[in-house]
Amino acid sequence: MSDKLLVIGEVRDKDIRNVSFEAIAAAKQISDDAEIVGVLLGGTDLKSAGEEFIAYGADRVITVTHENLETYTSEGYGQAILEIIDELTPSGIVMGHTSIGKDLTPKIASRLSAGLISDVVDIEKDGDDSVYIRPIYSGKAFEKKTFEDDFIFVTIRPNNIPALEKDGSRTGEVTNKDIDIKDLRTVVKDVVRKASEGVDLSEANVIVAGGRGVKSADGFKPLYELAEVLGGAVGASRGACDADYCDYALQIGQTGKVVTPDLYIAVGISGAIQHLAGMSNSKVIVAINKDPEANIFNVADYGIVGDLFEVIPLLIEEIKKSKIAVS
Amino acid sequence: MNIYVLLKKTFDTEEKIVVQDSRIEDEGAEFIINPYDEYAIEEAIVQRDAHGGEVTVITIGDEASEKQLRTALAMGADKAVLINTEEDLEDGDQFTTAKILEAYFEDKEADLILAGNVAIDEASGQVGPRLAELLGIPYVTTITKLSIEGDAVSIEKDVEGDVEIIETSLPLLVTCQQGLNEPRYPSLPGIMKAKKKPLEELEIDDLDLEEDDVEAKTKTIDIYLPPEKEAGKVLEGEVEDQVKELVTLLRNDKKVL
Repeated sequence: MSDKLLVIGEVRDKDIRNVSFEAIAAAKQISDDAEIVGVLLGGTDLKSAGEEFIAYGADRVITVTHENLETYTSEGYGQAILEIIDELTPSGIVMGHTSIGKDLTPKIASRLSAGLISDVVDIEKDGDDSVYIRPIYSGKAFEKKTFEDDFIFVTIRPNNIPALEKDGSRTGEVTNKDIDIKDLRTVVKDVVRKASEGVDLSEANVIVAGGRGVKSADGFKPLYELAEVLGGAVGASRGACDADYCDYALQIGQTGKVVTPDLYIAVGISGAIQHLAGMSNSKVIVAINKDPEANIFNVADYGIVGDLFEVIPLLIEEIKKSKIAVS
Repeated sequence: MNIYVLLKKTFDTEEKIVVQDSRIEDEGAEFIINPYDEYAIEEAIVQRDAHGGEVTVITIGDEASEKQLRTALAMGADKAVLINTEEDLEDGDQFTTAKILEAYFEDKEADLILAGNVAIDEASGQVGPRLAELLGIPYVTTITKLSIEGDAVSIEKDVEGDVEIIETSLPLLVTCQQGLNEPRYPSLPGIMKAKKKPLEELEIDDLDLEEDDVEAKTKTIDIYLPPEKEAGKVLEGEVEDQVKELVTLLRNDKKVL
């Protein structure tokens, strides 16, 4: 086991994000005999998170706890990761393509003079080598990429590479490493939680998205209710954001977020090409729209032509009933 | 204040993508300024108007990139720089782009560099942070508010819907997120003036770079379109029945409930 792959995990509100488990699975796909070294950073004790990481496939875990790692900064995390890289000389790094992953990995890649293939949705094997597949033009096309050098550095898009089954019987070392994190030029003074309620869009298995057809900010209420029943998140088209029905943070499309949930319910969305780019690779798409000619029906698996304010409440009831029937 | 904006031209968002021989066909396609870069240009102009100084817009591209640079000048930028790599470079990646920009900035005193948070074509979001690291300056990505006072900078950053309040200082690189501002349209006088504003054209040997220095670290071996999605089933009957059928289909056929 000479090869080592680092998997940088993310802990949010004490829990490891699911995409970090998916990153372990991706690392195993890249090399099934490499040692998977998990790395977890934070402000307080991470031992139990480390054990969780091992149960999901990491062989051992290095944690770094420091008051300057309580909230993420590229400089703080960068110092810790670069010191670990220096010591372990891994053959590659895998991380989730999240807000932190996007912010941190280019810095590290730049420092290492390494390539970085970001937002990977699938990995194909070509003998021992890996080929990385990522969407371009917001999913209007895909590209297959490889590295010119031996060093591997990828971020993976949430929800695409399945995590391994949790195996509580796995054992491995969780060691805390002392690294002094200092001289930070950027400081996070405060975090204003706006997205705290509900599930994060990029990781949601189910998304209920509204468009101009929802007509008002109030009109989004039934969508939130439906999302809650489904354990999903609410998104929106640019039209709905421009009209101030909701925050730009919810926008899905070519500008905005690109999402690939298992179930995407488009409500009152006409289906402009820019919106389709952001969601058409969802596994199952349902469209609810008054206009039978709406473009969204061309990408939907199932369509209901009708008034959303009539359809959504019925749908909420029906799903509640079906859940009771199952449980 | 010396303000720089990194600009990329991208396909118009209306464009359909055509792939030929594993490459994106760009013959006849309409190009625009990457939408996120428009926020960067707008913010640069606003900050210059508040603090004085000069806005320089830089792009790496080909002859045709002049069009997007002129648009930025018409919006209000002062100077433009085109680093034309058409004859020197076949395939670059984000490493390549950052290295070229590093060489450009070597003899500049940049106080503030702005870029889009991501380009809507390749969507790597790497070039800004890579460049900041090469220049040894701090960076903050996906910003939605920027206030500068002296050297002190206060920023609001979008983090998956939450907002972080960040304090940092110049010199600084930021990447711009939707919500930061409303990019202006070029005015007619702006367009007239833009024609006379300086546009410098450089090639990589003007930056003392050899092809080897900027050779890509990654390679694209194939580009393809996703399988065409077949139009699905529009349900029929009474609304109540449609909803029932939908739930059954989602649960039993697709197994997503």
